[in-house]
Amino acid sequence: MSARDAILRNVRRSLGRGAVPVETAAALSERVATHRRNLIPARAASLPRAARVDLFIKMAEEVQTSVTRVACDADIPAEVARYLAAENLPAELAVAPDASLADVPWGDRPLLQIRRGKAEPGDAVSLTPCLAAVAETGTLMLVSGSGTPTTLNFLPDTQIVVVRAGQIVAGYEDGWDLIRERAANSGEGWPRTVNLITGPSRTGDIEQRIQLGAHGPRRLHIVVVGDVDGNSADGAPSDA
Amino acid sequence: MQPTSHNFPENARGGLADPVLQTALGMARTGFPYRRQQAVARLPEFEALRDQAKDIKNHTLAHLDYYLELYERNVIAAGGQVHWAQTAEDARRAILNICRSVGAKVVTKGKSMVAEEIALNDYLENNGITPVETDLGEYIIQLRHEPPSHIIAPAIHLMKEQVAETFRGAHGHLDPARPLDEAQALCEEARTILRPHFLAADVGITGGNFLVAETGSSIIVTNEGNGDLTQTLPRVHIVISSIEKVVPTLEDTATLLRLLARSATGQEFSSYTTISTGPRRPGDHDGPEQYHVVLLDNGRSELLGGEFQDMLRCLRCSACLNHCPVYAAVGGHAYGWVYPGPMGAVLTPALVGLHEAGHLPNASTFCGRCESVCPVKIPLPKMMRHWREREFASKLSPKTYRSGLGAWAWVAARPGLYHTLAEIGGRMLGWAGKSRGRFRSLPLAAGWTGVRDMPAPQGRSFHSLWAEQQKRRGAA
Repeated sequence: MSARDAILRNVRRSLGRGAVPVETAAALSERVATHRRNLIPARAASLPRAARVDLFIKMAEEVQTSVTRVACDADIPAEVARYLAAENLPAELAVAPDASLADVPWGDRPLLQIRRGKAEPGDAVSLTPCLAAVAETGTLMLVSGSGTPTTLNFLPDTQIVVVRAGQIVAGYEDGWDLIRERAANSGEGWPRTVNLITGPSRTGDIEQRIQLGAHGPRRLHIVVVGDVDGNSADGAPSDA
Repeated sequence: MQPTSHNFPENARGGLADPVLQTALGMARTGFPYRRQQAVARLPEFEALRDQAKDIKNHTLAHLDYYLELYERNVIAAGGQVHWAQTAEDARRAILNICRSVGAKVVTKGKSMVAEEIALNDYLENNGITPVETDLGEYIIQLRHEPPSHIIAPAIHLMKEQVAETFRGAHGHLDPARPLDEAQALCEEARTILRPHFLAADVGITGGNFLVAETGSSIIVTNEGNGDLTQTLPRVHIVISSIEKVVPTLEDTATLLRLLARSATGQEFSSYTTISTGPRRPGDHDGPEQYHVVLLDNGRSELLGGEFQDMLRCLRCSACLNHCPVYAAVGGHAYGWVYPGPMGAVLTPALVGLHEAGHLPNASTFCGRCESVCPVKIPLPKMMRHWREREFASKLSPKTYRSGLGAWAWVAARPGLYHTLAEIGGRMLGWAGKSRGRFRSLPLAAGWTGVRDMPAPQGRSFHSLWAEQQKRRGAA
């Protein structure tokens, strides 16, 4: 008997039954397929969409993330340049090769050196989009894919994430639905990796004193673009 | 590791007498409970979430075979492989075989208690493969050749001076005069030392906090980002996890995640929660080419359907350790194996045998704090009592202890005799201790008076006062 069969046999024997009866299996299958939601805290779910943006920013800032709001994609290069200068970081970026960032006019800031692709060991700063941002805890939801390498989220010392205001959702469950939607529509299927990121890397392993930048990014900066109605100053729906 | 749980009394005495350990534990004693309390106070739905989490885990355990098979199907559909392991030895061998199949020399590891349970590092080393722990706490204790003393903060028994000394010894190529007085400097040094290992490793091994049946995903919950570097950079990602970690859907997982970090560190959410499904996709720029899950049973299936099934709800958050007066007094190493504190006192006898670990369920004051903070409401004191009953019934405890307990039970089962003897005993002790009000030593009670005074009984017994009050109430 294989280990698999032996384990399943032991499980059933301990539970005092044979394989799950057909009707039960149908009910369990239904339970999984409907993605029934459990209790969702009112903290974010009860808020109107504009207030969710404020809550997201507040929660992100609580965990040592810096956040700036800009009106439109055209403002992103100037904000990135400002942030890098303020933090005394090199003006070099590894940028996710994603279509959602295609309209960012990097040419406006010729001193910013842009390389598109996955992160390389020497990269100091990355810039990525996200799939969603969860207001409840200030959490970013990033998925891997052809435009969004996972290494950008962990190798560089600093990560900058572009969040469209319309991408800010109440809870994780809203994020799961967006992943499912993307998996069904993008042609890339279910992503290899989903990263829920809440603040920069940290550890409390030595005397429980929190230190930032244990192994992942030391700094996390979020640029929130546009407003919740999907408007940005340049007239295009920002999460198109 | 070889369990030394049978040495608990000696281990505990050692822990109590260790001044460095006592300082380190002193910091833990207040920090974790305070931060948890702050987080709980901010979430009005916390109690309701605990009830739902308990229901989700109970539902899953009642249909564990169904969800395991669904999980396996979805791992395979996503291009991954599942290796079922009945025993620790099976799991070790499965991991070694995967490592050998790709010619691995160095493997990086994220923190995994199941990997500790199967003593993976020693096994890999003995077979010519170098495991590198990358969680800061795990890295420190790996260098010191120590087991973890806490399930989420493995080096909690150490002060920063000891870590500095360890780093000076292990990182001999660095300037001996470098300052290592601050935790910040120690973290920086570990980051610098470990970064090349992440990049060079052939295989990355992580644990799995949850296994999602719906999608065939494994989830790790971390703060450092080491687990993500471990599983993203090498060609092969191996997940070592156990059968009770399966959860039906992402919605169910969200409920458990809302409880996990708050119960553990008092964070609203951990820095990194990562959902991994299969290997790198055709269009991906990075990620592993192979994705394996080693699914360990190691006695868990035997706990289903019995008086210890509730233990399989455990999320490994450590709230029970952090709130336990015994853990806080003796530290995690005293428990002599991988899982310390109340959850360890219940789980360890199940996994290594009551013969080895019989002391652990006895190392409890039954204050009940563990159960009151458990995010999935595991009745830990009740289960420790079950172990004590089994220990007594199978005659594993010492003969004097058993005959003493037997005599007490004989008397206690006869209320009239018990009250009379208690009354006489109480008066005699009260008389003998009248002058000092306490006893420095008492015959047959050296275990108590060896470390603290025994107060002399004063006035009348509770029983007689109670009887009198009941009589008065009846008359009124």
